[in-house]
Amino acid sequence: MADAAFLALSVLTIGSAIAALELRSLVYGAIGLMGTLGGVAGFFFLLDSPFVALFQIAVYVGSIAVLILFTVMLVKRELIFTKIEDPKRKWAGIGLMLIFMVAIGAVILDSGLKSVTTDEPPVDFREIGDDFLTYYWPALILMALILAGSVTGALVLARREDEISEQRTD
Amino acid sequence: MSNELIDFVIVSVALLGIGIYGLSVKRNAIRMLFAIEIIINAANLNLVAFGRFIPHSGGQTLALFSIAIAAAEVAVGLSLIIVAYRMYQNIDIADFRSLKG
Repeated sequence: MADAAFLALSVLTIGSAIAALELRSLVYGAIGLMGTLGGVAGFFFLLDSPFVALFQIAVYVGSIAVLILFTVMLVKRELIFTKIEDPKRKWAGIGLMLIFMVAIGAVILDSGLKSVTTDEPPVDFREIGDDFLTYYWPALILMALILAGSVTGALVLARREDEISEQRTD
Repeated sequence: MSNELIDFVIVSVALLGIGIYGLSVKRNAIRMLFAIEIIINAANLNLVAFGRFIPHSGGQTLALFSIAIAAAEVAVGLSLIIVAYRMYQNIDIADFRSLKG
């Protein structure tokens, strides 16, 4: 059975996920998203994997949420408030979500996952380092190249071109 | 360990459902990015939970890869939103009818 910390974390995570999508202002939505990401980091602590939890806090709560906040500040003020949505579409979306949750939940509850427990010691984070540098080293190098390429691509995309073209016409 | 695997999987299914709702209903580009982030986090939670209960280090390793790739995806997605905002002065995806330059 789940303990109190798990219940508190799940309420925080799911509640702030709903808040991230439903609050009218995008700034408050971004703060709700930070709550969701921090709650998932808490789940990682509960799962005895502090390395992944700290990575999650550093990458998601530390950088991605701040990046989203700065992007929200770059757009016009009236655009960051949601206009009234089509209620038919909204109810269709809620129905889709409920059907999906009930279907997948029924499949999972019916499967043998219900009785899985473990008494074994958690995986040591030294093993993760070993994995990265032995078995997964080509994937690690590929990931570094993808990160460098995507950051370069983001910079090239977001660059303003009008100033350069003005210089050329002069 | 007092928590069971099924608890974490149920929370993950709930997050996945909320993310699918956001992707299908919301028409604001940044909010759709929020929904994608929630779905990716549900997947990461599943990876780490199964890796803890097997137990095997592969779950955490794959979760770390997934987090890094998601960071790259958000950087590119936000810069695409900024480019589209400059073109259309709007971030509503109903207005992004033609994306040719």
